[in-house]
Amino acid sequence: MKSIKLLGISIFLLALGIFTIGVTLSTHTLNDQALASVTKEHHRMMIKEQAGEVFNKEYGSNLAFVAALKPILKKTKEALDKASGVDPDNGVWNATTLPEGVAEWDYRMSDYDIKSYLFSLTKKSSGGLLPNNAWLFFFLTFILGTVGALIYMSPDLKTIPGIKHNGIYHSPSQSGLRPVWQLALVAGVLIGTLVVVLQNGAMFWLIGTIVITSLIVGIIYMWEKRERKKPLALPSSSTKNGWIGILLGTYLITFYIVLYFYPYYLTNWVLLVEPIKMAISGGAEASEWFLYGFLYCVAMLVMGVRMIIKYRHNRYQLIRTGSVLFFQLSFAFIIPEILGRFNNPALDLKTAWPLDYSFFYDYRLEQLSSNSNYFLGMNVGTMLLVWGLILSFIFIPLFTYIYGKRWYCSWVCGCGGLAETLGDPFRQQSDKSLRAWRVERFVIHGVMVLAIVMSFMVWYTYQYGEAQILGFNSYDVRSWYGFMIGSMFAGIVGTGFYPMMGNRAWCRFGCPLAAILGLVQRFKSRFRITTNGGQCISCGNCSTYCEMGIDVRAYAQRGQDIVRSSCVGCGVCSAVCPRGVLRLENSSEDINERTTQVRTIHISMDDVKIL
Amino acid sequence: MTKVLDDKPFEKNKKTDPNPITTDSDQHIVIIGNGISGVTTARFIRKLSNYKITIISGETEHFFSRTALMYIYMGHMKYEHTKPYEDWFWEKNRIDLVFEYVNKVNTKDKTLVLNNKETINYDKLVIACGSTPNKFGWPGQDLEAVQGMYTRQDLDGMEKYSEGLEQAVIVGGGLIGIEMAEMFHSRNIPVTFLVREKSYWSNVLPSEESAMINRHILESHIDLQLGTELKEILSDKNGKARAVITSEGDEISCQFVGLTAGVRPNIQFLKDSENCEVELGRGVLVNEYLETNVPDVYAIGDCAQLQNPSEGRRPIEAIWYTGRMMGETVAYNICGKKIAYKPRLWFNSAKFFEIEYQVYGDVQAHPPENHASVYWEHADGRKSIRIVFDRESKAVLGFNLMGVRYRHEVCEKWILDQTTIEDVLPNLGLANFDPEFFKEYEQEIISIYNKKYNANVQFKRRRSLTGAIQFLKGKFS
Repeated sequence: MKSIKLLGISIFLLALGIFTIGVTLSTHTLNDQALASVTKEHHRMMIKEQAGEVFNKEYGSNLAFVAALKPILKKTKEALDKASGVDPDNGVWNATTLPEGVAEWDYRMSDYDIKSYLFSLTKKSSGGLLPNNAWLFFFLTFILGTVGALIYMSPDLKTIPGIKHNGIYHSPSQSGLRPVWQLALVAGVLIGTLVVVLQNGAMFWLIGTIVITSLIVGIIYMWEKRERKKPLALPSSSTKNGWIGILLGTYLITFYIVLYFYPYYLTNWVLLVEPIKMAISGGAEASEWFLYGFLYCVAMLVMGVRMIIKYRHNRYQLIRTGSVLFFQLSFAFIIPEILGRFNNPALDLKTAWPLDYSFFYDYRLEQLSSNSNYFLGMNVGTMLLVWGLILSFIFIPLFTYIYGKRWYCSWVCGCGGLAETLGDPFRQQSDKSLRAWRVERFVIHGVMVLAIVMSFMVWYTYQYGEAQILGFNSYDVRSWYGFMIGSMFAGIVGTGFYPMMGNRAWCRFGCPLAAILGLVQRFKSRFRITTNGGQCISCGNCSTYCEMGIDVRAYAQRGQDIVRSSCVGCGVCSAVCPRGVLRLENSSEDINERTTQVRTIHISMDDVKIL
Repeated sequence: MTKVLDDKPFEKNKKTDPNPITTDSDQHIVIIGNGISGVTTARFIRKLSNYKITIISGETEHFFSRTALMYIYMGHMKYEHTKPYEDWFWEKNRIDLVFEYVNKVNTKDKTLVLNNKETINYDKLVIACGSTPNKFGWPGQDLEAVQGMYTRQDLDGMEKYSEGLEQAVIVGGGLIGIEMAEMFHSRNIPVTFLVREKSYWSNVLPSEESAMINRHILESHIDLQLGTELKEILSDKNGKARAVITSEGDEISCQFVGLTAGVRPNIQFLKDSENCEVELGRGVLVNEYLETNVPDVYAIGDCAQLQNPSEGRRPIEAIWYTGRMMGETVAYNICGKKIAYKPRLWFNSAKFFEIEYQVYGDVQAHPPENHASVYWEHADGRKSIRIVFDRESKAVLGFNLMGVRYRHEVCEKWILDQTTIEDVLPNLGLANFDPEFFKEYEQEIISIYNKKYNANVQFKRRRSLTGAIQFLKGKFS
């Protein structure tokens, strides 16, 4: 059994190693064939002109190639500016020398163009080991890795079904980090963020972010000062640091940073999955986002198998895991690809606004309203718009009333789906302290308000053409939100911090949709977690394995049913309870008094009405 | 209606009840022991009064859940996770903690002497010092690497002796013994489990359930030796256990011996106190108000021995739930509201490896003449439901569940209302507390009943919260 596990993990690590090194296993030559990916002819000519001796020179890795290409693109941009008649002294364009029929914005090269050319030129210029043997490497990475992971899991099938948490807090990958290390890593990411923000000259937003953060920290400090002698004390922790957890977190964080900000280093990975993209989409090329979507699905599937093996005695977990896998593979992966194949916007059909924060962005609305495809006699663009609105404004409140927040967060959502599969080994890392709960409520509701305000501003600008609203520029607000919340929070903190903050850090602290669902759940829903009379022994398994950091035990030990806005209804507290105390259930019978009953008291004292 | 002080879920910032029974803050209540009994007492006294409260314990600084000790060893949780309240809770609620053992109790001067020689004065004393493992004078019982599993120190001991441990022997077929077996099993340490009885826990579990656990222990690769007792523990040259000799005459080589043949009240320090006038039996003798013979001295939890226990209950019940109830009761008595300790219907629960166990009401291993029962067991041999009822009146008396969860309140209501088995069975689904989508077996129980008693009971209600609430609110009978 042990040797099978060892074999499986070795195969998996080998595949992961090949995958990681694969990033560098290509040669790159900037030639006419590669330049063909630059669609604008004048850009193409100018790049070729600026390339000089770089043209047709072979580079041994994409790192070297990108390093050579970057200055060329920068020079191209300057040359184009000059050729278009921009005054080099003040950067003002006076239309004098543009070719016939070309607009100024079209002629000049934007930063966005540079980023996409870096990606497409790197990809198109590649040859050598990996690009020429893409199928072989696909086998050596994805297939081999999956097989290794499955071999690693297979011996678990031989055990007697039941909760298997043995050794989690002795494990170097799952035992978590000391608070000091957690702080250090969070601080590292924060400083990195600040540097990026500063480089982009967004001082105002930087200051705004710092002010809001300090305000929250200050309020919580004052709050704690009233009840504690040492309000600044870190939570205690007695175990050693999980060093594999540190490595894993660092790997994930690095992956997200490269994916979001430097995708041109990942072109080899994109080439691995390009044949699949072409097959599904009918010849379209793969972008880094297809790679990400594919990786996401593979990770969820493999770790979904793990989840199914682990909880094979628990039908709630089996059906729920099946559900998140289904929605990810169909609604988020296959259906958008099919939509795209028929020239429709390739939208993820299950991500509701405001988690999908760009729903009201001008280009998205434009894309939908300009769609001229018809399906079953209805305009596809209109259908997609209506579907999005129904999802956000009818299904969200309605189903949350009936089933609680869980119908979305742990049955449908993609972020939740990844958390429940890939993230399951780290669920115990969520912070259960009262302090964390206080932070959570400020931050998540803050993000919710921001998302709503931002969406409204963006929509207002689209509708009335006015970008300046109450002194704020809606484009600035939107790019700040996209960077800070969309990229840094949801991606890098949300997933990269799995081994440190648990698998639901984003869902718990940041997701604006989760906040809205939570408000419905808290104030009007049939859902609750029932506690079974006086059976609780306060052991703490429920709290420890609550991914949302709810101190479930605090309620269970006094026999109070649980309704917390953050509860995503994963059902694990109920599964790990050794005494059969917790059950997720719905009823409208007592909807207004779900939490008032207290049951642990089992002494006869009819005249006592304290509890 | 609900007033709370341990205010985490609601964050009520009130420090005490706005209308406490008493506002006298000069009284000093001292509680010996920070287990569930002592801590419940302290919490309720704080809800009810402004008394100065001190909890003394030499085991750990803060309250933790003793029942979760095994999960720390198994790596499911850290010690921190077993603390039901965060460390700042105590200062916020003005409950002083003293981390030291009590050596002497002087009821004449109302003082305690601690292990570090300090003394503490009390106005009222609550003894909640728990139990200690039974030892029956086995040769070698005090050797190194021979211990029970009851305190934080025992856990540290197990951790210490686990290094390089090749074989462990556990003596005693109760709940702690099987927990200890599961602990070692989680680290792949071979365990031999000596059980005196012919079947595991057969003085509590009916025979089918007991047999189920026997099978489950064996399929979990524990070397279960039934009908076998410990005769002697052999020592190596360093005074550490190296082997045991069983009543069968076998010598089993081992490096650790777990003694889990039950517990007894931990009252040696009271016996050793010259000026302690508290009357002792097997435990600290108390009346139904949990008062000892000495005024202002109370005893609760595992160490208390009731002089007149309620009908069908034992004088000493060393379980979590009774400790919690006693803690609450004694708090009322201390705060001037006299309330007798009358535990409601008996209930208990445990987990044997992967099999959960719940019991409500009167389920006996050797049922008396008037007890009849209907018993269903799943084909996989790891789930069962037993309903005990009176042969004459047909009133249900108890529920015994293995691997299936039932609702406490629904079962309790049926039993207290003396509902007949034929009224219970159609609605049996209302008691089912298994998670959503789990298979329901109530119809199978009914068919067994119908067959066995030649009856024609029809299944009516499936598992449903709405139904259960309606039933509990008396909306249908």
